[in-house]
Amino acid sequence: MEISSKDNNLMEKVLPPVEQESDVELETTVKKYLRGEGANLETLKDKKLKTQLTSREKLYGKSAKAAAKIEKWLLPAEAGYLETEGLEKTWRVKQTDIANEVDILSSRNQYDIVLPDFGPYKLDFTASGRHMLAGGRKGHLALLDMMNMSLIKEIQVRETVRDVAFLHNEQFFAAAQKKYAYIYGRDGTELHCLKERGPVARLRFLKNHFLLASVNKSGQLHYQDVTHGGMVASIRTGKGRTDVMEVNPYNGVVALGHSGGTVTMWKPTSQAPLVQMQCHPGPVSSVAFHPNGHLMATSGKERKIKIWDLRKFEEVQTIHSFHAKTLSFSQKGLLAAGTGSFVQILGDSSGGSSHNYSRYMNHSMVKGYQIEKLMFRPYEDVIGIGHSMGWSSILIPGSGEPNFDSWVANPFETSKQRREKEVHSLLDKLPPETIMLDPSKIGAMRPSRRKEKPSRGEIEAEKEVAIEAAKSTELKNKTKGRNKPSKRTKKKKEMVENAKRTFPEQEHNTALKKRRIGEDAAAELPASLKRFARKN
Amino acid sequence: MKIKTLSRSVDEYTRERSQDLQRVFHNFDPSLRPMEKAVEYQRALTAAKLEKIFARPFVGAMDGHRDGVSCMAKNPNYLKGIFSASMDGDIRLWDISSRRTVCQFPGHQGAVRGLTASTDGNVLVSCGTDCTVRLWNVPRPTLEDSTISSENSIEPSATYVWKNAFWAVDHQFEGDLFATAGAQLDIWNHNRSQPVQSFQWGTDSVISVRFNPGEPDILATSASDRSITIYDLRMSSAARKIIMMTKTNSIAWNPMEPMNLTAANEDGSCYSFDGRKLDEAKCVHKDHVSAVMDIDFSPTGREFVTGSYDRSVRIFPYNGGHSREIYHTKRMQRVFCVKYSCDATYVISGSDDTNLRLWKAKASEQLGVILPREQKKHEYNEAVKNRYKHLPEVKRIVRHRHLPKPIYKAMAIIRTVNDSKRRKEARRKAHSAPGTVVTKPLRKRKIIKEVE
Repeated sequence: MEISSKDNNLMEKVLPPVEQESDVELETTVKKYLRGEGANLETLKDKKLKTQLTSREKLYGKSAKAAAKIEKWLLPAEAGYLETEGLEKTWRVKQTDIANEVDILSSRNQYDIVLPDFGPYKLDFTASGRHMLAGGRKGHLALLDMMNMSLIKEIQVRETVRDVAFLHNEQFFAAAQKKYAYIYGRDGTELHCLKERGPVARLRFLKNHFLLASVNKSGQLHYQDVTHGGMVASIRTGKGRTDVMEVNPYNGVVALGHSGGTVTMWKPTSQAPLVQMQCHPGPVSSVAFHPNGHLMATSGKERKIKIWDLRKFEEVQTIHSFHAKTLSFSQKGLLAAGTGSFVQILGDSSGGSSHNYSRYMNHSMVKGYQIEKLMFRPYEDVIGIGHSMGWSSILIPGSGEPNFDSWVANPFETSKQRREKEVHSLLDKLPPETIMLDPSKIGAMRPSRRKEKPSRGEIEAEKEVAIEAAKSTELKNKTKGRNKPSKRTKKKKEMVENAKRTFPEQEHNTALKKRRIGEDAAAELPASLKRFARKN
Repeated sequence: MKIKTLSRSVDEYTRERSQDLQRVFHNFDPSLRPMEKAVEYQRALTAAKLEKIFARPFVGAMDGHRDGVSCMAKNPNYLKGIFSASMDGDIRLWDISSRRTVCQFPGHQGAVRGLTASTDGNVLVSCGTDCTVRLWNVPRPTLEDSTISSENSIEPSATYVWKNAFWAVDHQFEGDLFATAGAQLDIWNHNRSQPVQSFQWGTDSVISVRFNPGEPDILATSASDRSITIYDLRMSSAARKIIMMTKTNSIAWNPMEPMNLTAANEDGSCYSFDGRKLDEAKCVHKDHVSAVMDIDFSPTGREFVTGSYDRSVRIFPYNGGHSREIYHTKRMQRVFCVKYSCDATYVISGSDDTNLRLWKAKASEQLGVILPREQKKHEYNEAVKNRYKHLPEVKRIVRHRHLPKPIYKAMAIIRTVNDSKRRKEARRKAHSAPGTVVTKPLRKRKIIKEVE
């Protein structure tokens, strides 16, 4: 990298100033593609390894530059925008004005579907934005193709439906119904009834891990692997009933918002939450995650929307607005907040690290409509609004990602491509252990420490789970007089004791501390006497 | 006011006719791909597992000899054929693709110890314990010879008798001369019945000889007095000689870096030297548990194959201390000679059980014509596996090889022996005055002295 920067310097003297500006722009995009800092190779003593790694770092630099140039010149589409001149304000622009300025294809995306009989509607989109699933409270489930505006299948399940979610593609979807959650196929056949979870309040799908996460009416969190149907984790959150659950797309962590104003984050492999944040004085109404994983928006009943930075777990911004019942982030970082029949879109006016969300657009619907769910449609400048009288869709210029990658999500997928993608994504399915707060830690060097101890809370929680499991195992019914009650209780006690024994007591810690002091003294011994020093 | 919204026309993003390819669009933005490192790690794990699933290195055996195979020779102009000779004097030319004998060269009375082909491929030179050197004309296979019959036998074009039994022979690259190793090193010309030149240093017999591929006049020999000598034909005496702790069974020059040579030693390791600086080995390749009998480099110069007395064949990287691969079979006994095929795809081993065995150099390689997309996928799998091969799960799978029990146990014993030696050395050092106990690096330890 040293040589190439020298080249750059020479070139800068020759190029006119306009070229220099684009160089600076290119630098920032190159940084994005480099995905972090390079390794520090000065500390290496192994010369062979050092030369290998320097040549590899050079290759990374080259590929990042090529990717930055492709982004600048070769991408087929450009993002949408809404620019006002003079004294006009962007939030006064109405949907009808937008419809006048925009081409026919886009204006087809503004519509209202009125279905007053079936209750407030919840929406979900597939990852490519092509298919939409609408679930009405009174049991109406509809699967639509948004590109052709056609209805693929609608069914009436004749039970309350609390939430709907797509699985990995439009062939399967899950609905949280009155007593249990069900999985349906594309043609409406009921495929599975998920009895273990109980009455589910919210359903979300983790795409990379093929995990269906749900929170039920007693506040229990369940993770189920949909490829083999096994329950990966069932966690008792201990915080009571909650309706607010969102998945962070960046790291696969599930966030629950509780009635005490805390937001807790969970991963399937631990019984204790990863993070607990006190966000609001009252109950948390809604949580939303920015696609880059660093920002989280929460709203509470005190009519404030707070933006949090998840790297430092600090509040970045507070927006004094209305009580936002639902929040959603778009792919480009626009935040939509909805309450009653009013939708407000907030945009980030300053780029870079400091975030300053301000009013961008407003939309108020007919008075009687109560907004149930807002969701931006991926790869389109459209937001879907599910409300008590059906669902609507309005145009928000600048909210969707203009260029999709066919290997990630392709709105123009053929059935053959869909099948291939399903197979490839199954091969790349991540195990649930890879869910962590910082996903870039995989493959990185772990800082050398002594054996990592789980925290006390985690140990307690796991101990309780183990004891519960031991208590709930069923003993064999022995015959021929061997099934005495006294023997049975004795056996059960034994099993609980065994479960407890696997968690060593905390008193060992003091003994270890004493030994460690002895070790430091051993460091001063001469080399020949080192083997007589007290060892661990 | 200016408004623009995204609107994609279906024509731009889908194909026109069904004969066209589907359109693919790329956006390399990392924000579209969350958890890409975890996905890459998962792919590395799958690639490692797939490699193990497809690892079937044994292609076939060529049997026909009636006694153990003692040496082999390859002809750089004819990739399909390999010469092999056995302990009862039977020399055959094999066709590797059908694994059958094309031609036999009977005539030797005792064991054939050395076999080599001239660079143009017309002449085969063999030498044996019956004190004779025989030259044969190799028949040129034509396209009409589709029926390969093993009944061809050829008479030698010349037989030279000499004073002592021979141990090895090698032919000069791009030249007319060949060298035999016996009581001393003799240089012969095809047409003369007596050696043109003779070299001797010390009284011990020379056991192997190898000409340098880059410099046609330089050759390396190893003798039974545990030495390695480098001779230059233009000078009348030897150029350099080093004496090691144990005898070297075979030598091979690196075809891509002709100044480097690797010696297969009796103590189970191979030592790579720079021919210009023999006092220190460049690299010590340690993995065999018994004597290494033969060594041959790949034409890429990046790997070499060794066959050892411990019934296994190993493939080493040219600069690495441990083997990348081990091949063994219950039926394969002591391996006396190995050859790396000229297209760097196969390894041929000749062993005591009278069979030549054909192995793939890369055990999970797909042979035959590979489509470009398949090729790209293989390369991607290889690259992603190499990126994560240090992580414990991937490493466990990549490193795993099934070893035959004797080798496994012998390796454990060697490990404990070395550990205890090292511990003892460390304690000696700790308890002596600093500077009195000096440990020589392994690369120098095995070399006793260099003699001019």
